[in-house]
Amino acid sequence: MTYALGRVASAAGVLLAAFTVAFLLLQALPGDAVMIRFENPELGLSAEQIASVRESYGADVGLLAQYWHSLSGFLGGDLGFSVASGAPVRTLLGSAIPSTLLLAGLGFVVAALLAAALAFGAILSPSGWLANVLRSLPSLFVSVPVFWLGIVLIQIFSFRLGLISVIRPGPLEALILPVLTLAVPISAPMAQVLVRAIDDVQAQPFITVVRSKGAGEAWILLRNVLRNAALPALTIAGVLLGELIGGAVVTETVFARFGVGRLTADALDAQDIPVLQGIVVLAALAFVVVNLLVDLVAPLIDPRLKRRVHA
Amino acid sequence: MTLELQRTALLPADGAAPQAPAPRRRRRRGPRVTVLLAVAVLVLVVAWAVLPQLFTSHDPLAGVPADALQGPSAAHWFGTDPTGRDLFSRVVHGARYSLTGGVVAVAVGLVAGTAIGVIAGSIGTIVDEILMRVVDVLLSIPGLLLSLSVIILLGFGTTNAAIAVGVTSVAAFARLSRSEVVRVRRSDYVEAAFGSGGRWGSVLLRHVLPNSLTPVLALAALQFGTAILAISTLGFLGYGAPPPTPEWGLLISEGRSHLATSWWLTTLPGVVVVLVVLSANRLSGAISQARTARS
Repeated sequence: MTYALGRVASAAGVLLAAFTVAFLLLQALPGDAVMIRFENPELGLSAEQIASVRESYGADVGLLAQYWHSLSGFLGGDLGFSVASGAPVRTLLGSAIPSTLLLAGLGFVVAALLAAALAFGAILSPSGWLANVLRSLPSLFVSVPVFWLGIVLIQIFSFRLGLISVIRPGPLEALILPVLTLAVPISAPMAQVLVRAIDDVQAQPFITVVRSKGAGEAWILLRNVLRNAALPALTIAGVLLGELIGGAVVTETVFARFGVGRLTADALDAQDIPVLQGIVVLAALAFVVVNLLVDLVAPLIDPRLKRRVHA
Repeated sequence: MTLELQRTALLPADGAAPQAPAPRRRRRRGPRVTVLLAVAVLVLVVAWAVLPQLFTSHDPLAGVPADALQGPSAAHWFGTDPTGRDLFSRVVHGARYSLTGGVVAVAVGLVAGTAIGVIAGSIGTIVDEILMRVVDVLLSIPGLLLSLSVIILLGFGTTNAAIAVGVTSVAAFARLSRSEVVRVRRSDYVEAAFGSGGRWGSVLLRHVLPNSLTPVLALAALQFGTAILAISTLGFLGYGAPPPTPEWGLLISEGRSHLATSWWLTTLPGVVVVLVVLSANRLSGAISQARTARS
């Protein structure tokens, strides 16, 4: 229990620091988004009107006061307002997240299946040649630019083979290529960690004992190796999440899907700091929560960790 | 968008994992050949960056409108783009942007990260604690979002994109160099150096840093590959070099408008990116493998 509380406290600390970093990084910006938008002479705003707009965005007070205001807003779920559109950042994120979550969730599932197929294929393959090819595929997958992969997939499946319509595809059809694009690079680190973990476990004496008792390779893999290899695979979950978010941003751009990626690109073009800040802090929150869950679940999977925690 | 790489690739170095002997013997020949190939690819691309005119006689910026949108041929290896510019020439000239970008990014990560790691590792105590929490925070923000935040701060452009990519690798360099410093500090010969009257600074320079060089080098090679990948991504998104520049990500982005008719415009520059990144990763793997074999 103390362990869990400690983990939660340190996660909250990281999150607060991430918020501070995002705040400092983005407030240090030389340009002033409020001025960029409202200083335009065509709007015909007087100096007093601009001042009142600045006041409504909270841009007229000192840095520390802005920090405090922004932090208390975040804690209450108020992410501020978009400078470009005036809409609440919370609404913007709320409308963009479901689509990105669907893409990222499906991408993760497909990546896990792909990684498991690669790892098991490499371990169980009867021919050394095939095993080597399967083992080297992940290093190829991590070297492929996500955006390029998406374009090549469009080229092959939409233009060459005509299997997937580019113009107004159905909702399910529209998901196939983006999910595949996202899944391939994510599957690579998963497969690498899985293969390495399986190798490590298989070299241990207890596997030899099980084997000498007459168990088949597939039996050993499923019953003994997989359980012991699960933990190393779990520890990279947080890293994969970051990959997934970055990959989703790029994939959405390539496939012109609406989502957090589009929101990020638009915010960047308009120097819309509140929106970008909201996205960054939200991503950090997701990372911290996922890592916290991994830390809390790991002792349940591996009892040895529990003993170390209590000691 | 890079962090899983250095973690997984550097795992064997600190784990000293027992490995089944059979596959290692079988694969002994394989890696040699692929490492040589990787070095060859990297040398060729460096040559492209330094002396592009040796490899192509076509102008990367001025096109021949009559030759527009031709497929790959003997005259135009990678075909031509809508304004009749030779794509191979553009890729060759573009190597400069990707490679310098990769070097700048690695330099930023290496210098800042190693400084943080060495300070944290050698001073320890509360300084170590604080610096490592800062590194945790850097790791908690997805690489691409961190890069974009830095870019909104610095503005668009090749160098700014490279710096933004470098910032994402600071955390990895800091963690690695810290753990190396801590490891080397505990070894007998460093104790001996202190015991024989060595000063803190000189022991750090003469013993600790040289002995933690190889894993840092392996990480640098790996980061170089990922940086090229990330820089091309930023170029593709339009935050890197401005349009007439033949930067690789931008080339792929520009080719998108002719996807249905001219496959070579997007496919071939991408293949080059994949080969370069793959080679850098392979080299990094070879460096850390050589280290585990020695120890």
